[in-house]
Amino acid sequence: MNEVENPAEIVERASVRGLEGIGRKVNSFFEYIGGITTLGGEAATTVGRLRIRFAETVNQCYLLGYQSLVIVLLTSLFTGMVFSLESAVQAVQYGFGNFVGGIVSYTNVRELGPMLTAVVVAGRVCAAIAAEIGSMVVTEQVEALQSLGLAPVRFLVVPRLLALMIMLPLLTVFADVVGIYGGMWIAHAQAHISYDDFMSSARQTIGFEDVVKGLFKALVFGILIALVGSYQGLTTKGGAAGVGKSTTGAVVICIILIFIFNFVMSYFLYGGG
Amino acid sequence: MANVIAKLDDVTLKYGDRVVLRNCSLDIEENSITCIIGMSGAGKSTILRLLDGLRRPDAGHVYVRGQDICHMRESELIELRTKIGFSFQFAALFDSMTVGDNIALPLREHTSLSEDEIREVVLHTLESVGLEHTYDNMPSELSGGMLKRAGFARAVVTNPDLVLYDEPTTGLDPIVTHLLTDTIKRLRQQLNSTAVVISHDLQSIYMMADYVAMLFEGAVIEYGTVEEVQRSANPIVQQFLQGSEVGPIPL
Repeated sequence: MNEVENPAEIVERASVRGLEGIGRKVNSFFEYIGGITTLGGEAATTVGRLRIRFAETVNQCYLLGYQSLVIVLLTSLFTGMVFSLESAVQAVQYGFGNFVGGIVSYTNVRELGPMLTAVVVAGRVCAAIAAEIGSMVVTEQVEALQSLGLAPVRFLVVPRLLALMIMLPLLTVFADVVGIYGGMWIAHAQAHISYDDFMSSARQTIGFEDVVKGLFKALVFGILIALVGSYQGLTTKGGAAGVGKSTTGAVVICIILIFIFNFVMSYFLYGGG
Repeated sequence: MANVIAKLDDVTLKYGDRVVLRNCSLDIEENSITCIIGMSGAGKSTILRLLDGLRRPDAGHVYVRGQDICHMRESELIELRTKIGFSFQFAALFDSMTVGDNIALPLREHTSLSEDEIREVVLHTLESVGLEHTYDNMPSELSGGMLKRAGFARAVVTNPDLVLYDEPTTGLDPIVTHLLTDTIKRLRQQLNSTAVVISHDLQSIYMMADYVAMLFEGAVIEYGTVEEVQRSANPIVQQFLQGSEVGPIPL
C-alpha cells in the first residue's frame, strides 16, 4: 500500500528545490560576471604588455567595423529622420520650431548615436565573434592554440577587443552625422525649418563635451561587445547546437548589457548623480 | 630500464560528477612509442591533455621531464608546451590559414627565424609527411588523411621531445591507416623523440608500439610490451583485444 505523503513535507521539498534553483541561477550569474571580468583583465594585461597582433587587429577593424558601416548608416539615417518627423511638425505648431535642430542633434549625439550603433553592431558582430570562437572551441582549434604555446586571449580576444574599441567610436561619429543630417532634411521637407536655423540650433545646444561623452559610451559598448562575444565563444560546450546557443546568448546578453550600461553612464555622465 | 620522460602519479580527474580518471598512474618511457588503449570514454584523450597541461587533475601529480606541471603558472605551461607536440583527433588546423601558415605559426611565434628560413623548415616538415605540395592549400581542400598528416607536421615542426597523437587513424581506410602508422614511427626515429598514441586500431598499435597501456574505469589495468599485453591473463584485456561482446566489460 502506498504511503500518503505529508503535505508539509511536499511543500518543504518544493521550497528547497525552488531555493536550490535560485541559488544555481545566482551562482551562474556571478560566475558569468567573474568570467567576463577575468577575460577583460587578461586582455588588458596582454595589451599592457604590448603583445598585440597588429595585422590581425587591422583585419578585425575591417571585418567588424568597416563591414558594419552601411547598416549603421542606414539605421541612424532613418532613426534621425523619424525622430525629426515626429518632433518637427509638432514643434512648429507650438511655436518652437527653431529648437528642432537642437533636440535632434542633442538626442543623437548623447543617446541615439552611440546606443543605436552599439545595438546594430552587437547584433551583427557579437554573434559573429561568438560563432567563430565557439566553432574553434568545438573543433579543438582553441586547444590547438594552447598546445602550440599560444594564448587564446592574445590570439582571439585582443584583436577583436582593440578593433571594436577603435571602430565603434568611429562608427558612432558617422551615425551622429548621418542621423543629424537625416533629421535636418526631414525638418526642412516636412516642417519648412531652414537648414541654417536647424544647424544654428544644433550648434547652440550641443558642445564638444557632449560629443566626447557620446564617444566614451561607444568605447565602453565596444569593450562590452568584444568581451561578451568572446566569452560566449570561449565557453561554448557541445557541437553545432552549442555554437548556436552561444551565439544567441551573446546577442541577447550583449544588447541587455548595452541598455543597462547606457542608463548607468547617462546617469553619471550627464549629471543624474 | 629507460628514463621516464612523463609520468601520471595517482591522478584523479572529474568532469562534473563523473570520475574520468581514478588514482591513475602511468610512466612514459623516453624514446619510445606508448599506445594507450581502452573503451570509448575511458579517459584516454584526457591523459594526453593532462600531459600537455591543458587539464589539471583534481588529485595526484603529472610530471614532464621531472617537473610537476600541476602547479605551474600559465606562462610556465606555455613554455613547456613549446617542447610538446600535440596532434589532435580531427587535426584542428586553423581553417582561416593555409596549411603552410598553420605549420609556420609556432615557428613565427617561438623562434627568431626569418620568413625564408621558416618557409624552408615548413616545406621540409611537409615533405616528411608527404604533403609538400599542399603548402598554399586551405585545410578545407585536404582529405581526412591529408589533414591528419598536416596535423602531424604542425605537431613536430618545432622538434619537440614528446609528441602526443590523439586517435591518429580513426575513421581512415586501411591504406591511409598504414601510411599514418608508418609516419608516426618514422617521425619518432627522425626526431629522436617520445610518442604517446591514443588508438583503437589494434593492427597499427601492434605495428608501432613499444609499450601498451590499457585503461579501464579510469585506471591503467595493464601495461607492458605488445607481447606482454597480448599474453595478459586479465579477462578484461583479453575481451578488449578479441573485440568480444562476452566478458567482464559492461556494454
